[in-house]
Amino acid sequence: MGRYVVRRLLQMIPVFVGATLLIFLMVNVMGDPIAGLCGERACDPATAAQLKKEFGLDKPLWQQYLTYMGNVFTGDFGTAFNGQPVTELMATAFPVTIRLTIVAILFEIVIGITLGVVTGMRRGRPVDTGVLLATLVVISVPTFVTGLLLQLLLGVQWHWIQPSVSQAATFGELIVPGLVLAAVSLAYVTRLTRTSIAENKRSDYVRTAVAKGLPRHRVITRHLLRNSLIPVVTFIGADIGALMGGAIVTERIFNIHGVGYQLYQGILRQNTQTVVGFVTVLVLVFLVANLLVDLLYAVLDPRIRYA
Amino acid sequence: MPEQSYEPDRAIAGTGAGGAMDLAASEAETLERTPGGPQGTGPQAKPRSLWSDAWRDLRRNPVFLVSGLVIVFLVVISLWPSLIASGSPLQCDLAKAQEGSQPGAPFGYDGQGCNVYTRTVYGARTSVTVGVCATLGVALLGSALGGLAGFFGGAWDSFLSRITDVFFAIPVVLGGLVLLSVVTSNTVWPVIGFMVLLGWPQISRIARGSVITAKQNDYVQAARALGASHSRILLRHIAPNAVAPVIVVATIALGTYISLEATLSYLGVGLKPPNVSWGIDISAASPYIRNAPHALLWPSGALAVTVLAFIMLGDAVRDALDPKLR
Amino acid sequence: MRGATHARWAAGAMAVALAATACGGGGGSGEGAGVLSSSWGDPQNPLEPANTNEVQGGKVLDMIFRGLKRYDSKTGQAKNMLAEKIDTPDSQNFTITVKDGSTFSNGEKVTAKSFVDAWNYGASLKNNQKNAYFFGYIEGYDQVHPASGSQTADTLSGLKVVNDRTFTVKLNQKFSSFPDTLGYVAFAPLPQAFFKDHAAWVSKPVGNGPYQIDSYTKGAQMALKKWDGYPGQDKAQNDGVTLKVYTDSDTAYTDLLAGNLDLVDDIPASQLKNVKKDLGDRYINTPAGIIQTLAFPYYDQAWNKSGSEKVRTGLSMAINRKQITETIFQRTRTPATDWTSPVLGPEGGFQDGLCGTACDYNPTEAKRLIQEGGGLPGGQIKITYNADTGSHRMWVDAVCNSINNALGNDKACVGNPVGTFADFRNQISQHKMTGPFRAGWQMDYPLIQNFLQPLYYTNASSNDGKWSNAQFDKLVDQANAESDTAKAVSTFQQAEGVVRDNMAAIPLWYQNGSAGYSQRLSNVALNPFSVPVYNEIKVS
Repeated sequence: MGRYVVRRLLQMIPVFVGATLLIFLMVNVMGDPIAGLCGERACDPATAAQLKKEFGLDKPLWQQYLTYMGNVFTGDFGTAFNGQPVTELMATAFPVTIRLTIVAILFEIVIGITLGVVTGMRRGRPVDTGVLLATLVVISVPTFVTGLLLQLLLGVQWHWIQPSVSQAATFGELIVPGLVLAAVSLAYVTRLTRTSIAENKRSDYVRTAVAKGLPRHRVITRHLLRNSLIPVVTFIGADIGALMGGAIVTERIFNIHGVGYQLYQGILRQNTQTVVGFVTVLVLVFLVANLLVDLLYAVLDPRIRYA
Repeated sequence: MPEQSYEPDRAIAGTGAGGAMDLAASEAETLERTPGGPQGTGPQAKPRSLWSDAWRDLRRNPVFLVSGLVIVFLVVISLWPSLIASGSPLQCDLAKAQEGSQPGAPFGYDGQGCNVYTRTVYGARTSVTVGVCATLGVALLGSALGGLAGFFGGAWDSFLSRITDVFFAIPVVLGGLVLLSVVTSNTVWPVIGFMVLLGWPQISRIARGSVITAKQNDYVQAARALGASHSRILLRHIAPNAVAPVIVVATIALGTYISLEATLSYLGVGLKPPNVSWGIDISAASPYIRNAPHALLWPSGALAVTVLAFIMLGDAVRDALDPKLR
Repeated sequence: MRGATHARWAAGAMAVALAATACGGGGGSGEGAGVLSSSWGDPQNPLEPANTNEVQGGKVLDMIFRGLKRYDSKTGQAKNMLAEKIDTPDSQNFTITVKDGSTFSNGEKVTAKSFVDAWNYGASLKNNQKNAYFFGYIEGYDQVHPASGSQTADTLSGLKVVNDRTFTVKLNQKFSSFPDTLGYVAFAPLPQAFFKDHAAWVSKPVGNGPYQIDSYTKGAQMALKKWDGYPGQDKAQNDGVTLKVYTDSDTAYTDLLAGNLDLVDDIPASQLKNVKKDLGDRYINTPAGIIQTLAFPYYDQAWNKSGSEKVRTGLSMAINRKQITETIFQRTRTPATDWTSPVLGPEGGFQDGLCGTACDYNPTEAKRLIQEGGGLPGGQIKITYNADTGSHRMWVDAVCNSINNALGNDKACVGNPVGTFADFRNQISQHKMTGPFRAGWQMDYPLIQNFLQPLYYTNASSNDGKWSNAQFDKLVDQANAESDTAKAVSTFQQAEGVVRDNMAAIPLWYQNGSAGYSQRLSNVALNPFSVPVYNEIKVS
């Protein structure tokens, strides 16, 4: 087990390098970031050249990447165009987004798995059809429509929530945005769990467990659920990174100043340093989450052994 | 569809117990190789495979029939939209902006005074093309790479999984904003290409996970012990068992790709005019949600029905493929 | 079913939490009795006066700085603020006397040196100030800010401090309306603290205006409080302003409706239809010095050959401005009939109807002119715009539909969205435009010169289409040298006539400033720059 973890940690290095290089190249494809800095007019050439030099944009791309990575390892993520160090942006953005992600993941786990179990146990019954239709609506309506609609109904019409999230972004304020963010994944989790449960419901060990007279809830939680969760855990694990980086739309609608907001601003302003910096951290989060998922496999399914 | 790849297996005499899924089936296959095998053992030994079994089941499943019909209908109007809609989807008159239902425009007009009915009908082609092509690309690429990684394990797994991680680590919407903002072409292919490029890791992980699970099964161990080749074990024993989660996720993904296209339009990097798609219309109508909800309702409704049809189809296919549910 | 019990418990917890947020967040705008909250956008550049070229940063600087001149919040006229007098014998040499008794909020006196140091800093190439070109008329600019290479001087030779309250400015050409440009924020004075500890100053700027910055969280919000010791006449009528950053103006508007925000100064086009119903008379819609046009790429031969002015005029006549401004913009835009803005007033150079029939909707004539001019290049035009902000997509689609209907061709015109503003600017600066593109102009100062010279003069900073016309350039030079204001204005109008005859850019509409506010506020107004006049707002 220990050796496996070490090996996986070593494997993270190439992924880290690959992903950061990929995003670095992608952001650079977008072109000259200086052009957007001067409003509705062209920057005067002298200032533009000076700015390029200052941000190291006059160097060849590979050199920019190496310099950047070199700095990252010393904890320097560069400076945004508004003169603020990227690490400072991260310090304000990540706590907010982590809270948002926790809310979203909780929704996925609690609601998604519960609905999945219920529908999996009652395939074809009205409750199954009802949930199927509900997940369908969730999937078919794009997040921005769901978000705008909830904001309008809950925030303006019924005054249940504030339509936007304050700077403090407490857990309470993040419930609705978290639900919106989780919505599509929630549908995935429900359906994955349902499929898994339905499949395993008829397996021998479940039949045995029922036959030896175990109470129903024990059969479900100990035997059925545990074996059915592998695909679900894979999905949720991979989703953590996606949720943190994918909150661009949700954070925009609810005016949350988290990672999605910074990334969106970074892209709009072609701020290489901000975008690459945030994605670098997201890549790390993603890698660690994946490692945890793989370790969880072994816990859920004793037949899987890591050496 | 994979039916073709299993063509040779039609000659195999199954035992009738759930196709080729368990140890008995493996035995039957080995038996089949001996001359004068079970070919003449009786009337019930008709040549059958997993896929032909599945097809037989599907033909009797009302869910499959209904969703199939919806999909056929979508394909038909995608090919010949003028069958049910007259006029051009690009013909808009601002004087009629946001007007409700009326003769000639059963769904009313949108914020630009375009006929919502005509646009919804014409939007099917683009949206279905994006959804289907992106899903096919993602499913093929993802399950191939994920399946190989899960099956071979070891160095292969490490290598492929790391590549998966690299692409998975890039948030999709972010990647779309970055990559598509530089695209100048106004065809659907850059959008589809982007979805495949950043979408395959999702399927890949699922496929890998279920292949790892399936690999542990007794019948796979048995087939291995009996000396079956890698490709035979993978395609014949593992794939049918591992394909269910892939189909489920892929059918849901199909819907999300169609709505992802809408999100990209919302962020200004999606399909460009004069394309007509549900995504373009949904994003254009969403700011008017308070004044002209009908312009949002109809394309969203069309999208929902399409997604429903594909999910039901996927569900039915999955059920038919799974002997344990018979 | 233990699982189900858990779920029920979780659902209950969620309901409680929802209720808690609903109750807890009620007083979103109640940071203090006399403090109002207002929507804001994250400034793109550090908040230095000569480095701020967009409205959002400008908003803050307008609250914390006062310059030599200030534009009247109603008429837009440049009036002396810190300047006691500005004298010139020849429209080229100016002697400026600063009023006595003005101080920065840190106690430093505002002197002639405060201005000269600030301007030198703004002009100097090494400081990367994006508004540096505003100092381009001052003698010595070429040395401190050469077009290429490194600077040979650190200070402008045209600026001299005479005594504590007096300094002289020498321009490199005659520019009669130079004093009227001095209300622009780039010309603000700077305290010595700015130069001594620059980093500290930028993180919490100190100025000489009626407000001072209380706290500033970059990218999220800024709290400004009333500066009680402000020596000027235009003291703040409220206790402070909290500026909250919004990514999306729709959210800001929604927050206003929910009572979470007091003032929104950019009402999204999609909500304009509801605004009367939602806000009643708490909605203002006043003219601002903003004009939207379609510019053309003159570096592309297809748009720069004989006859193409007919195509451009034809396109202009194919656009039903009245219908678009009424339907899409609900009258928050006015169909343009010249290339300036009504806020200039007739004396300032605005001339209603200068465009003539070329700006009237006339499909038959449009079709004829386009055919005469050789048809649309490539049979189709693409209107390029950035899709990340504003409601550009709505009006571009509407303009295209109008052109298509006029020409009887579904595909004559299509919109070509570009994902980001940065990329849009990129494509423009790299001359990649193949057809008309969105061009918006918000005046820096209310002078007809500012609507013409930066946009149409050969190689001017905002002449994105690279239009060039010797006659126009000559008339502008003449107008600038003219010391009689009325004559200068009429010469500028002649130059504008040249723009019209060539249809250098298609004028679309004049943009109004629109704002909505909560019941707590009164005396809310927008100035001609579409920025709220914060210091006059009263909070109850």
